[in-house]
Amino acid sequence: MYKILEKKIVNNDVEKIVVEAPHIARNCKAGQFIIIMVEEDGERVPLTIADYDREKKTITLIYQKVGYSTKLLGTKKVGDTIFALAGPLGKPVKHVENAKRILGIAGGVGAAPIYPQLKEYYKMGIKVDLILGARNEKYLLLEDEFSKFIDNMYITTDDGSKGRKGFVTQQLIELIESGNKYDEVIAIGPLIMMKFIVDITKKYNIKTSVSLNPIMIDGTGMCGGCRLTYDGKTKFACVDGPDFDGFLVDFDELLSRQNMYKDIEEKHKCRLDETL
Amino acid sequence: MYNMNLNKVKMNEQDPDVRNKNFEEVALGYTLEQAIEEAKRCIQCKNPKCVINCPVNINIPRFIKEVAEGNIEKAYEIILEQNSLPAICGRVCPQENQCEGACVRGIKGEPVGIGRLERFVADYMREKNLVKIEEVKNQKNKKVAVIGSGPAGLSCAYDLAKYGYDVTIFEALHKEGGVLSYGIPEFRLPKDIVKYEIENIKKLGVKIEKNVIVGKSYTIDDLKEDGYEAIFIGSGAGLPKFMRIKGENLNGVYSANEFLTRVNLMKAYKEDSHTPVYKGERVAVIGGGNVAMDAARTALRLGSKKVYIIYRRSEKELPARLEEVHHAKEEGIEFKLLTNPIEIVGENNWVKGIKCIKMELGEPDASGRRRPIEIKNSEHIIEVDSVIMAIGQTPNPLIKETTTGLDTHSWGGIVVNEDTLETTRENVYAGGDAVIGAATVILAMGAGKKAAKAIDEKLSK
Ligand SMILES: Cc1cc2nc3c(=O)[nH]c(=O)nc-3n(C[C@H](O)[C@H](O)[C@H](O)COP(=O)(O)OP(=O)(O)OC[C@H]3O[C@@H](n4cnc5c(N)ncnc54)[C@H](O)[C@@H]3O)c2cc1C
Ligand SMILES: Cc1cc2nc3c(=O)[nH]c(=O)nc-3n(C[C@H](O)[C@H](O)[C@H](O)COP(=O)(O)OP(=O)(O)OC[C@H]3O[C@@H](n4cnc5c(N)ncnc54)[C@H](O)[C@@H]3O)c2cc1C
Ligand code: SF4
Ligand code: SF4
Ligand code: FES
Repeated sequence: MYKILEKKIVNNDVEKIVVEAPHIARNCKAGQFIIIMVEEDGERVPLTIADYDREKKTITLIYQKVGYSTKLLGTKKVGDTIFALAGPLGKPVKHVENAKRILGIAGGVGAAPIYPQLKEYYKMGIKVDLILGARNEKYLLLEDEFSKFIDNMYITTDDGSKGRKGFVTQQLIELIESGNKYDEVIAIGPLIMMKFIVDITKKYNIKTSVSLNPIMIDGTGMCGGCRLTYDGKTKFACVDGPDFDGFLVDFDELLSRQNMYKDIEEKHKCRLDETL
Repeated sequence: MYNMNLNKVKMNEQDPDVRNKNFEEVALGYTLEQAIEEAKRCIQCKNPKCVINCPVNINIPRFIKEVAEGNIEKAYEIILEQNSLPAICGRVCPQENQCEGACVRGIKGEPVGIGRLERFVADYMREKNLVKIEEVKNQKNKKVAVIGSGPAGLSCAYDLAKYGYDVTIFEALHKEGGVLSYGIPEFRLPKDIVKYEIENIKKLGVKIEKNVIVGKSYTIDDLKEDGYEAIFIGSGAGLPKFMRIKGENLNGVYSANEFLTRVNLMKAYKEDSHTPVYKGERVAVIGGGNVAMDAARTALRLGSKKVYIIYRRSEKELPARLEEVHHAKEEGIEFKLLTNPIEIVGENNWVKGIKCIKMELGEPDASGRRRPIEIKNSEHIIEVDSVIMAIGQTPNPLIKETTTGLDTHSWGGIVVNEDTLETTRENVYAGGDAVIGAATVILAMGAGKKAAKAIDEKLSK
């Protein structure tokens, strides 16, 4: 059992918790994730380790309440315990050698997983720009935290309630066209966003890393449910990823795999909404 | 007087047409009277071949004699000397290749139902609440770590605890048992029984830390640093193989591991489960082992209308337990033998059919089995909307990747000294599927025992 020590409501949909997890905090690195089971009969759901404290033996999770498990997690309070937390899983991010300047692009809750990665780059003395995008102002995550180390931050919202109106992709094109040079782009957000970003960066030939989030169970390579086609070969996102070279990912296949349980999940969601 | 009947006493089973719709156990076990009657079929050989062919060498005639005389508690003690998971082995051992395969009564007629009797003894003791377990005080004051709570890890931990060590099992999943929990289905091995047998091992004083993935959470070196003087790796062979044919990443294609994990471990067969599973109307299961039988029979129970087993050799080569093949057929699974898939056909990213080719058997290959060869122009499409790949598993490389000096074979198995099961790292031992590849429960248990003995000898020096 893993105790929730702190909790912060970020907005209507997004929350941040600090949880006791000595077995994860001991060795975890930026880019890795955990599998959480909120209650004994729950689902196993992956969440990125947004931050950690080796001394206090804690990790930080930031999650968007999209369906059954994340909503259930949202009902837990400080002092409550979580049934299972396994990790750290996945490969830590591999940083581009000799990079001088990079661009992060975060869409929605993608801000959570991108945060530890960009911070790592910053600590290595690399200049980091960021496009932070969301549906509207309320869904912009971690703006204050990012502003502590981000060189240039560009905010976009779909409805223009803050920053530039429109998608992160438009901002990206503009930055490139106006002569900004980046050694790498790191994009984390909805699959469809990452797909469109890669379409653009491919044209300009800027190496692009994406973080994939297929449906997972064990997170250790045992089920193969998280597989994807990468450079024509089958890879398991949980052990070979979750970060991949965006140029080599078959996004269309992933998009359809992610919707495999859509109908079934809808039913679960309704049932929880009734009981909550 | 011995019972000279040529056939085993029949065991009650659920009717095939009833059981293929529920997840309750298929075989219902013997009553005391039936067990005694069957036990009397053992003629108490002076040189019992059955014992040699049991990987943990249970003293079979001795325990059976006690059953014949109605002394079930005695029989249990005798079994327990060699086997810490009798209710499980009695159910899932491939007896026809092991103990029963060597029984003299099998020369003319059916062998003695050794597995069934073993199961009976364990069930009787559990149901009558007769099992007594006392915690062994860890007199040795030495810590040993066991990685994985499958049969290899459990039996190793059990023996080490009995020797007096302070044993902690580290398990990656949120539930202990390994394949016993996530792989073998409820209708063949009820999870309450697995839980009960594991509880007994815990009562000896063995600790189990779940959700710890060794190689990720802690490395082998971390464990050594934490004071574990010896480590046993029983991490199994959990990595699913795929065929690398076109269409394998379509929606509706599962590895048997994922399908069975969703159903068994995550309880997707229950209406109110939160983990979904896709139930195809027409399902093709590829493979011919226990895993394939389990996946096929599970699909049927979830409500699939038509389930095929597609296997590239003939019936004789099916590696599954005989009883499971027999049960699968009774339940209505259709076997497409000498048939090999070459492509999974899709539409809108979902499975629509499986393209196969007919095979014939040629010369024997390295494994001694006749090699299947494609028959030209025999391609055909079987209409299905779900495909389950059950063509084998290999050991997971997570531990190897983070442990310097731990050698593995090219196919992934950990290299060990055959006598002691010590790996190429000092005081690190390994056994079970992690060493020999996907095999059997009882071989894994045997390895756990062997390593426990070697560890005790080493640490007692
Ligand atoms: C490696 C990895 C790291 C992740 N890190 C984070 C994180 O830090 N914070 C965060 O909020 N989310 C993260 N996710 C996504 C998170 O796992 C899903 O939001 C979660 O599984 C939804 O579960 P649910 O039961 O609440 O919703 P469900 O009811 O299962 O699903 C609701 C909807 O969410 C979508 N969905 C389902 N499963 C996933 C999935 N695995 N990934 C993305 N979308 C999904 C589907 O479109 C579905 O219709 C991560 C995913 C992966 C694979
Ligand atoms: C569906 C199915 C049906 C089968 N039917 C039969 C049958 O009828 N009869 C029979 O004899 N055999 C059967 N087998 C085979 C048998 O179950 C295995 O041979 C046996 O379980 C192997 O035992 P093990 O302890 O080596 O590994 P496993 O049972 O695989 O256990 C390994 C354990 O280690 C854990 N683990 C792995 N890596 C790590 C890590 N890095 N850190 C911590 N923990 C880790 C795993 O989560 C797992 O719990 C079947 C197998 C399957 C999959
Ligand atoms: S453990 Fe298996 S092989 Fe040994 S006697 Fe029991 S059923 Fe037979
Ligand atoms: S070989 Fe058969 S008859 Fe002989 S002791 Fe073993 S079980 Fe009994
Ligand atoms: S989540 Fe099971 S293999 Fe990746």
